[in-house]
Amino acid sequence: MAAELHVELVAADRQVWSGEATLVVARTTSGDIGVMPGHQPLLGVLESGPVTIRTSDGGTVVAAVHGGFVSFADNKLSLLAEIAELADEIDVQRTERELERAKAEGDTHAERRADVRLRAATAAR
Amino acid sequence: MGAQLRVYKRRIRSVTATKKITKAMEMIAASRVVKAQRKVAASTPYAQELTRAVTAVGTGSNTKHPLTTEAENPTRAAVLLLTSDRGLAGAFNANAIKAAEQLTERLEREGKQVDTYIVGRRGVAHYNFRERKITESWTGFTDEPSYADAKKVAAPLIEAIEKDTADGGVDELHIVYTEFVSMMTQTAVDSRLLPLRLDEVAEQTQKKDEILPLYDFEPSAEDVLDALLPRYVESRIYNALLQSAASKHAATRRAMKSATDNAGELIETLTRLANQARQAEITQEISEIVGGASALADATAGSDY
Repeated sequence: MAAELHVELVAADRQVWSGEATLVVARTTSGDIGVMPGHQPLLGVLESGPVTIRTSDGGTVVAAVHGGFVSFADNKLSLLAEIAELADEIDVQRTERELERAKAEGDTHAERRADVRLRAATAAR
Repeated sequence: MGAQLRVYKRRIRSVTATKKITKAMEMIAASRVVKAQRKVAASTPYAQELTRAVTAVGTGSNTKHPLTTEAENPTRAAVLLLTSDRGLAGAFNANAIKAAEQLTERLEREGKQVDTYIVGRRGVAHYNFRERKITESWTGFTDEPSYADAKKVAAPLIEAIEKDTADGGVDELHIVYTEFVSMMTQTAVDSRLLPLRLDEVAEQTQKKDEILPLYDFEPSAEDVLDALLPRYVESRIYNALLQSAASKHAATRRAMKSATDNAGELIETLTRLANQARQAEITQEISEIVGGASALADATAGSDY
């Protein structure tokens, strides 16, 4: 059996996902980072962007994460985010509408949020 | 029906109506406590992981950060008081306000100027009535606080603590809220959020002997701490808001339960009195009839027919 690491993806008000994985790719402020089992203890600041988790049963979980932290120690990886959504929870059509509205109103924050969601949703496909 | 009996009947009717209302409020509060407790539980993993991360950075690096180092002689402090928007919760708000006042007094004795921030209409009304200064206040979400509300509350506080004291910033940040111990017990507590006491934070989260690993910081320890501490404050405030909401509902439930019990007792007493009045009325009527009959008998006894 391949080596595994335990992943907890938690948002401020709920636990979004938890399970075993072989690889986690997340975007920190200094670039994308991939964490595999046995990685050196790490604490990083996340940018808003999609997080990809390759689960140990061969599946892939993609989540949109808006700001937060990644910490890894003792083969346990925690992804903390104020807002986190799994790709299959994202309503693509609604997000597209949101993106258009945000563009029209010039709300850069909302635009970025919607953009991250869309990218996560398309990456999962 | 006699006048007295009618008065009793009317009072019984009105107390019964009140009892129905308090009973309903009790049941609503009971269901809300459960919901609020569930929210507290759901927010725990995030708070725990965040605290762990803060401890890791604080102990694992030699970084000096304004939010973790104590000012040499602090002159200004911010106190955040969490109350509720609505009353009917027994001594819930009074206790929180009392705790805040004690804390303010203590800080002032230590020579610090205190800025008060208040959440909840009850606290705002209390301070306004006494014409005390409120730096900033928020109302309207105490029953079901969301994380966005916590962010809204935290933003000016973080701004104030990051500012220099000379420009109107503060050196310390205290929070007063009602801790949800159990359904029956809720206590008003005050705690200092910032500057951080790392040993205290560490005690909350882990067993004594656990050694934190030497972390690799991405991009750097300072940047991580910079990003981490505001989130930590937000998460602590969120947790306090949730606990305060749960406590408020529990206090309401208890207050309404005793109101319902009292109404029941009152109805019982009034029913007894009403029965007594009715019985007295009947007795009086009978004695009147008997008296009338015997008077009639006496009157006819002496005549010839």
